Amino acid sequence: MLYAILCYHDEDFVGSWTKEQDEAVMKKLAVVQEKLAHQGRLGPVARLLPTTAATTLRKDDPPMVLDGPYAETKEQLLGFYLVDCANLDEAVDVARDLGAANPGGAYEIRPVGTFFPGKTSVKAPA
Amino acid sequence: MTTTDTAWIDAALTSARPQAVGALLRYFRNLDTAEEAYQNACLRALKSWPQNGPPRDAAAWLIMVGRNVAIDEVRRNRRQAPLPEDDQAISDLGDAEQEIAERLDGSHYRDDILRLLFICCHPDLPATQQIALALRIVSGLTVKQIARAFLVSDAAMEQRVTRAKARVAEAGVPFEAPGAVERSQRLAAVAAMIYLIFNEGYSASGDTAEIRKPLSEEAIRLARLLLRLFQSEPEIMGLTALLLLQHARAEARFDAGGALILLEDQDRSRWNRKLIAEGLALIDKAMRHRRSGPYQIQAAISALHARAEKPEDTDWKQIDLLYGALELVQPSPVVTLNRAVAVSKVRGAEAALEMIEPLAPRLSNYFHFFGVRGAFLMQLGRNDEARIAFDRAIALANTSAEAAHIRMHLDRLMRDSQTPRGKAGK
Repeated sequence: MLYAILCYHDEDFVGSWTKEQDEAVMKKLAVVQEKLAHQGRLGPVARLLPTTAATTLRKDDPPMVLDGPYAETKEQLLGFYLVDCANLDEAVDVARDLGAANPGGAYEIRPVGTFFPGKTSVKAPA
Repeated sequence: MTTTDTAWIDAALTSARPQAVGALLRYFRNLDTAEEAYQNACLRALKSWPQNGPPRDAAAWLIMVGRNVAIDEVRRNRRQAPLPEDDQAISDLGDAEQEIAERLDGSHYRDDILRLLFICCHPDLPATQQIALALRIVSGLTVKQIARAFLVSDAAMEQRVTRAKARVAEAGVPFEAPGAVERSQRLAAVAAMIYLIFNEGYSASGDTAEIRKPLSEEAIRLARLLLRLFQSEPEIMGLTALLLLQHARAEARFDAGGALILLEDQDRSRWNRKLIAEGLALIDKAMRHRRSGPYQIQAAISALHARAEKPEDTDWKQIDLLYGALELVQPSPVVTLNRAVAVSKVRGAEAALEMIEPLAPRLSNYFHFFGVRGAFLMQLGRNDEARIAFDRAIALANTSAEAAHIRMHLDRLMRDSQTPRGKAGK
């Protein structure tokens, strides 16, 4: 089953990392990702730009466009992984590995219902 | 997260600092007391967090502890009585921390940080003191770090910060909750200060760029913070976008010898695409508000450069129009000078030269004026006049990189004059 692992963390905190700290964390995460990719279990991965770049469309009638993320929370949705896991235990293990590489905050583990792999060739900025 | 790895504590303290010091300032109404309370709280955090793990809300923890310690101190001074042991005073924070965290989610949080930033840009303070104070108080850089970034001695910086603090204390801190008009005035003042901090880093020359880069990075952090607090302010989006787009070019701006590389000669593959993406996203968002302003216009100009994969793809026509818009909202000879560069690309050097001639009296001591003027004259083949302009530019250069850049032009003029015919026209 495909699981979404949604990454929540305090954005101010992550934003206070030095470039070196940020790179060190990404390097550690890459090790976990590589293992999953090697096993053919890793789907799309995304790190989102800060919530200051977010816009929210409230589907009211008429719809309302608001600046900022959907919810004002202490911790923000900063990214996600899609991982193929046999069961929840495995998904929790993956999250644990990721958590060991990048402590703090929380992962929300959500089984995926419908999934379109998509076809875009657009690359996100490296 | 182990007890030996304390980098996370530094990041937690840095990120919690504006909110914590801002709230403590609201309690104590005195900058020194607030800062001292925060320092004390940090000392306890360094003792407690590695053992107990990070608190759920670092800022709330620091505010709570900082306040308690300071209040105890006042009591102690009053009664001269011994105090309970440190750990006792902070052992039972759970509920209190949650309570204070909930209250902080309200509007206080926003105005606390804005107030803290705002007192640093008190109009009585000269720009250099504003920046020093903000970096010390809000960002929490040490005097030593700030002194290094400003290339002055520790003692000189210490004095600058102390003077600034004294002036702020004299002026009094505005504690009443700001009204809508006042809040937007504060916001504008703070935005201007953040821009100044950024420029301190950005205007560095090649040999000092690395040392001064933290200033630009800190300005970006503050701009993002401000935008988090005021999510729907298009000018704050514009400011943040502008800083991100400018900073994205940092790696490409100097050659190995530290000489400045002009925009059109930069290796664009070295531009930071992630910062550009964020900047473009923000300017996009800002434009939807249809409430233009100087930061948005400057960001839009910077965005046009960022969007051009090659220099010749640059939409100079649009840039000319945007500078025209900027001239309207923020008339300044420097803006016109910048516009003239775009004009030279669209309509040629002759038109551009005509545009800047009237600026001469007001920019007679401005390095860039003579650099740009010389370049236009050189394009027109008026080499003798160009040489005079370049000589004047070198005399006015602020950094060795600026002077070196002009000298390059002069060398080319020399070579041209030795060959039978100079390069005329464009």
